[in-house]
Amino acid sequence: MIISIASGKGGTGKTTVAVNLALSLKNIQLLDCDVEEPNAHLFIQPRIKEELKAYIPVPEVNEAKCNYCGKCREVCAYHAIAVLPGNECKKGNVLIFPHLCHGCGACSLLCPQSAIKEVNKEIGVIEIGEKDNIQFVHGCLNIGEAMSPPLIRQVKKYINPTRTVIIDAPPGTSCPVITAVKGSDFCVLVTEPTPFGLNDLILAVEVLRKLQIPFGVFINRSDIGDGKVDNYCGEENIPILMKIPFSREIAVSYSEGVPIVKKDSLYQDKFINMYINICTIINEANSRH
Amino acid sequence: MKQIVVISGKGGTGKTVLSGSLAALANNKIMVDCDVDAADLHLLLHPKVKERHEFKSGQTALIDRKLCKRCGKCIPVCRFGAIKDDFTIERFSCEGCGLCSLICPHKAIRMEEDVAGEWFVSDTQYGPFVHAKLGIAEENSGKLVAKIRQIAKEIAEKKALDYVIIDGPPGIGCPVIASLSGVDCALIVTEPTLSGLHDAQRVREVAKHFNISVNLVVNKYDLNLGIAEKIEAFCREQGIPVLGRIAFDKKIVEALVKGKTVVEHISSPVAEEIKNIWEQLKS
Repeated sequence: MIISIASGKGGTGKTTVAVNLALSLKNIQLLDCDVEEPNAHLFIQPRIKEELKAYIPVPEVNEAKCNYCGKCREVCAYHAIAVLPGNECKKGNVLIFPHLCHGCGACSLLCPQSAIKEVNKEIGVIEIGEKDNIQFVHGCLNIGEAMSPPLIRQVKKYINPTRTVIIDAPPGTSCPVITAVKGSDFCVLVTEPTPFGLNDLILAVEVLRKLQIPFGVFINRSDIGDGKVDNYCGEENIPILMKIPFSREIAVSYSEGVPIVKKDSLYQDKFINMYINICTIINEANSRH
Repeated sequence: MKQIVVISGKGGTGKTVLSGSLAALANNKIMVDCDVDAADLHLLLHPKVKERHEFKSGQTALIDRKLCKRCGKCIPVCRFGAIKDDFTIERFSCEGCGLCSLICPHKAIRMEEDVAGEWFVSDTQYGPFVHAKLGIAEENSGKLVAKIRQIAKEIAEKKALDYVIIDGPPGIGCPVIASLSGVDCALIVTEPTLSGLHDAQRVREVAKHFNISVNLVVNKYDLNLGIAEKIEAFCREQGIPVLGRIAFDKKIVEALVKGKTVVEHISSPVAEEIKNIWEQLKS
């Protein structure tokens, strides 16, 4: 089973939920797919056993074969290739902009001269490790790299189907989030009861409904702000899975990278209950289909 | 004209709360919300939308059932796994490269332009405001950011404004890079947590990579004085000016719930500190 932890708004507590849920259950694999700003390792402190470089394929032109026909420029939907045709006194030139390339392979497949081959460009690293009984995998995007979805897809290749998989997703509602949560059996949307939290929760709910992934809401710092998130969930029939009130103690323990279940074992029971609740919702959804 | 972007790396550190206050403090400026996939600044600025535009970007493959002979050539060439076994396109996986439509022997696949979102030019009591809404589950957020920044810059030039103040997105990827490129300076808002420090260091590296000078503010600094000091030590070491330390104050959430900016809603050391940050930032 794959449970992803997402939120529209950043900083609502995705990593807190992912880490504490992972520590409360058995036979867990935790995947940190927030590859732009991975943080779960700060709380889990896994022993990293393997470090692998992650690449995307980008084109490389063999100048000896290229006749500067411009086909590659024409087929590239991302404007990642420019071709300057040559003349009697000057050789032509093909310019490649790797940061725009999505690695679709159109240029190399369709080059009439077979002058393009794909070479690997490093975009980040994937680290695999473990802590106690938790298998841990995360990706870390290189600085200056624009596109995180290819790295997220590569992290997800390490999904271990024999375990309960918890995915810590990035914030937002666009491609990185979609790539991270796609294929999940359930998604926990973490929010806070403020106008920002509600506004971004509504966006995230629309995303999950489009992707047809069952979901529930986790309200963090539940005693600040107002009651509008509760009302919204009630009106929309969205299950509220769990609430954590604001406490300075929890905030301090988070700041130091100490998961709350390690400070207060009552929270472990709450997270186990949330997990049982999630399983019930998934089973009900499956039996309806 | 000076372009200033507020970024953080980690989400939820207070970018929008601070940007809202800058809107109230700065004169002769335009505001821009570049967190296009979870935009919140409008909840503080209460814009009256004057112009609304479709944002067309990217394309999605569409298979014509009548022309498709189910030969299967398209499936292995798609690197994004977007063509299902029943020869339909999984919209959210398609990245619009068009390779399938180029190689289909029966010309059964065409590419349709996406409406990936909307952008707006609005009036607010704080002056002009450019903002956007990325379509649900759409891509190309970086391009939408670039678009609204270009519009904001044009308005700023036409009206001879002094500042373009940009509320940026979290992370370090494509929309962040689009928010950073060509600005005069970036203001990093962070919090005294290990995650906040870690992420601020990463986003600072991104700014450095693109040659953008940065300043830093520690929000909720009194939640962990030890880590706040670590952040400041990092800044001293790297020559990053620390423009302020904003205390944790529940009144900030009260202001938010009322849809008001902090500096207008409360008279407290927190508001004074934000005013002080703006005084330093503008000079």
